[in-house]
Amino acid sequence: MIGRRIVVLGVGNLIMGDEGLGVRCIERLEAAGSLPADVTIVDGGTSTNELLGDLENLDLLVIVDAVVTGGGPGSLIRLEGARIPSALSNKLSPHQHGINDLLAHLELLDRAPGRVVLHGAMPARIELGMDLSPEVEAVLPELMARVVAEVAGAAEAAGVERARA
Amino acid sequence: MAQRIVIDPITRIEGHLRIDCEVDGGKVTDAWASGTMWRGVEQILLGRDPRDAWAITQRFCGVCTTVHAIASVRAVENALQMAVPKNAQYIRNLMIAAHAIHDEIVHFYHLSALDWVDVTSALKADPKATADLAESLSAWPHNGVQVQTATKERLATLVGSGQLGIFANGYWGHPAMKLPPEVNLLAVTHYLQALDVQRKANKIVAILGSKTPHIQNVAVGGVSNPIALNSQSVLSIERLLAIKEYIDELKQFITQVYVVDVAAIAAFYPEWTTYGKGVTSYLAAPDFPLDEKGTKFVTNGGYIPDGNLAALKPITTFGDALLRDNVAESVKHSWYQGGKGPLHPYKGETVAEYTDFQEKGKYSFVKSPTFDGKPAQVGPLARVLVAAATNDEAIVKHLTRVLALVEAVGKIKVPLEGLHSTIGRHAARAVMCARNVEILEDQWNLLMANIASGDVHTFEKPVFPAGEIQGFGFHEAPRGMLSHWIVITKGKITNYQAVVPTTWNAAPRNERDEMGPYESSLIGTPLADPERPLEVLRTIHSFDPCLACAVHLVDPDKRDIVQVRAL
Repeated sequence: MIGRRIVVLGVGNLIMGDEGLGVRCIERLEAAGSLPADVTIVDGGTSTNELLGDLENLDLLVIVDAVVTGGGPGSLIRLEGARIPSALSNKLSPHQHGINDLLAHLELLDRAPGRVVLHGAMPARIELGMDLSPEVEAVLPELMARVVAEVAGAAEAAGVERARA
Repeated sequence: MAQRIVIDPITRIEGHLRIDCEVDGGKVTDAWASGTMWRGVEQILLGRDPRDAWAITQRFCGVCTTVHAIASVRAVENALQMAVPKNAQYIRNLMIAAHAIHDEIVHFYHLSALDWVDVTSALKADPKATADLAESLSAWPHNGVQVQTATKERLATLVGSGQLGIFANGYWGHPAMKLPPEVNLLAVTHYLQALDVQRKANKIVAILGSKTPHIQNVAVGGVSNPIALNSQSVLSIERLLAIKEYIDELKQFITQVYVVDVAAIAAFYPEWTTYGKGVTSYLAAPDFPLDEKGTKFVTNGGYIPDGNLAALKPITTFGDALLRDNVAESVKHSWYQGGKGPLHPYKGETVAEYTDFQEKGKYSFVKSPTFDGKPAQVGPLARVLVAAATNDEAIVKHLTRVLALVEAVGKIKVPLEGLHSTIGRHAARAVMCARNVEILEDQWNLLMANIASGDVHTFEKPVFPAGEIQGFGFHEAPRGMLSHWIVITKGKITNYQAVVPTTWNAAPRNERDEMGPYESSLIGTPLADPERPLEVLRTIHSFDPCLACAVHLVDPDKRDIVQVRAL
């Protein structure tokens, strides 16, 4: 894809167990080389405004995070677009302020991503520690595969657009 | 729809803060600051390699990443009595200054300006009058009528859409809001411009630190940046020149916009130079080391007891005995096992013992640190007062400029005493930002000159002895003095304590039941509308707390008036 701008952003706190699953997911995607070279992988940790420059004028932003899915530990969820901020402001995720503020600032500057998709997993254990729980560890390959598919789907969709044009 | 859950204690950032105030006769009469998150993060470091600690401590907090990395390597280097190559000091200093500038700009515009600026009032402003006013105050070239019109249109669109977005939670129309519409519009324009400017400071950190928000280039013994002026992949001349360009752009914004805006707000809110005083013992560490051992620094450190500048006790070197021997933390009012009295950080314990919120007993996860047995305020105001007490003209000249601007705009003269206040903390932060961008420039020049002399050394390999060693590292972080204290046995960490700036300022009552700086700064603050306690937020935000705070008000009969969550 020429000129498309896609970022996969992992967020979360690495020292709070499953809270860091978003960051662990993107670390492993990076190590495995699973994503196309033109996709930027960003370790957002728990930051907000520092990330502004990385996230401006994207075609697609994929956020990976620990999310309360409504299912059991390790259950996965995909949310898109307008559902993300309202979901986050409903404490869907324990650090809703950061990412919501960031998206709102991008909106204010007229540089919001064309599409925002959130891929998350339900944490089993949020407590001091640097390891993931077995439940989350078990679903991480599936979460990674979903992120890869999301990016591939975006590429395909862009291809269709071009074919029409 | 997603369910609502509470996981407690938990936060990704440095701790949720709750403030309880007692209000009588329209004024705050008592206050409690409570950190509602367990701050036992240090325990994760026990048994680990001290060379890895900095990378883990960066994850303590989402806002203050770089600062923990710096304090951590300094603590280990102090334990090893190591010298650090000059290039490494300069590169770290550049990152420290750039990070501080980023933090200062974001804090003022994006985390606290809306306590003073009414966004909806800006819709009534005349863009032409706004541009005229702006041009009378500053030479900033992006204040013109077209810029102001564009801001107003953007705001109108936002309000018209019914989705205020980032501005949704403000105290619009609050009786304590006093800026004229034109000043409000100008401030919103600068809010938007500051979003772009902060990126430049962050880019400097990213170039040097390989990436942000979590830098990669720090190491015990120096930095891991290889220097080769003609290489593409390492710290090359192109990258160094890019940094210089960002420095120049930052400098223009800080001197022509940030400092002017802070002075204008002070001029329109002169009563706020008399509110928010609180604890007037101040503590600041020296920073920006200029030599390998950390005996010469750009900015001065010291302890000021009870606001008495003449009584300053200087802190002058890494490992300084005055600092080393006078810090202790009490847990009498904190949710930790105690009973041993205040403990020195080397002996510090962090074993949680949660009770409910007990205003006469334990009520916070924040410990209560003291210096020489007394609470102390840390932060930019402490730095500026230490500079004034030690005649550091490089900082004092910026303070003089701010005070002159306040006088020019507001026709009022603010005495030095007025710095012990809510506005004083904002003014001091702007003063330090103006100084930090000069330091950034100076450190860039020092680095370039040192490389030009043929020195490309950036790292000294640490060697750990077989026995037990201990050390501490300090760093004058944006929110104030940060110190990390480490005990190492046979090359592994056996104790680690981080005494962070917010611990000093948000401290609960100490062993002698004296209030911490947040708490005492609120006493006497008038509230125009206790259901909308904007004034409490103004003072708490002036300390630059890391995060959202929950303000909880009760009247003297202890009935709840309101529970307010505010950003």
